[in-house]
Amino acid sequence: MKTVIKLWIGLAVFIVLSPLGLILPEYFKADAAWGEWGTDVFKGLVGYIPQGLEKLSNLWNAPIPDYAFRGWEDKGLVHLSAAYIFSAILGITITALIIFGIGHILSKRSRH
Amino acid sequence: MHIPDGYLGPVTCGVTYAVMLPVWGLASKIVKKTLNAKQVPLLAIAAAFSFVIMMFNVPIPGGTTGHAVGAVLAGILLGPWAGCIAISVALAVQALLFGDGGITALGANCFNMAFVEVFAGYYIYRIISGSSAITSGRRVVAAGIAGYAGLNIAALTAAIMFGIQPLLHKTAQGQSLYCPYGLNVAIPVMLGEHMLVFGFVEAVVTVLVVKYLQKQDPDLLKIKKEVAA
Repeated sequence: MKTVIKLWIGLAVFIVLSPLGLILPEYFKADAAWGEWGTDVFKGLVGYIPQGLEKLSNLWNAPIPDYAFRGWEDKGLVHLSAAYIFSAILGITITALIIFGIGHILSKRSRH
Repeated sequence: MHIPDGYLGPVTCGVTYAVMLPVWGLASKIVKKTLNAKQVPLLAIAAAFSFVIMMFNVPIPGGTTGHAVGAVLAGILLGPWAGCIAISVALAVQALLFGDGGITALGANCFNMAFVEVFAGYYIYRIISGSSAITSGRRVVAAGIAGYAGLNIAALTAAIMFGIQPLLHKTAQGQSLYCPYGLNVAIPVMLGEHMLVFGFVEAVVTVLVVKYLQKQDPDLLKIKKEVAA
């Protein structure tokens, strides 16, 4: 079997296991990454919400924020895991399509 | 390490975009000269792998989380310029679709993870590998050290970006406008957690894939020749 196909299979395994990236932090009571908090925590951390940070933080409303569907935040780990896997599949598909597009443009032009 | 919108002020966002635009331009130019159509699937896999590996948040119990990036691996497999493109695309999709990392901070995040980490990791791997055989153990060690060091160097540049915000932007009352933590906090925390935990995760990921490819398809590990612009 070609290596590239084997690597895609490996990738599929990673996608299925990806909810571990959600479940383990929950289990070990680990919070968000350092410097990736929501604006609300700043009052507790430094006593105020930095004004510029508050303004900019809502600049972009991502369609699937934090790899979870809107309104599913309180649905529990099973639902969140399903959304996480779906997000991984969608994100990887779009990423791969963009790369194939870029690759098509870059490798095509080079033949002329 | 995905800096959200609001943590970096306009100066840092502007400068990092201003650096990355010519880097992306140069990367396209160089990759165009060297990219073989057969390598495109590998480029897609490296980007996809980086995408999913960044979803594996590794907890520090009772504390914070972090993750590997897979950027050193992309540099080793594709060469640094193609690796830069692969990781940049993954980061852009994460920011736009999933709000992981900011839009204003995309230049900064690409600078740290798609540029600094890819290039640092690639050159560390090259230097340690020297002229050793593709399947040698020395290359496995090189991959591990490059993974560990590459992620930590990226964590350092991210920490510097966080840490200079209080110096750059303050209100008249002395409150920070953006990230409120200075270099004295950002560097020890970011570097500390990456040196203690997440750097090793990046090292393991890089080593496992390089080891697998040494057995499975060593040709993929031949250093890609990229002409200088």
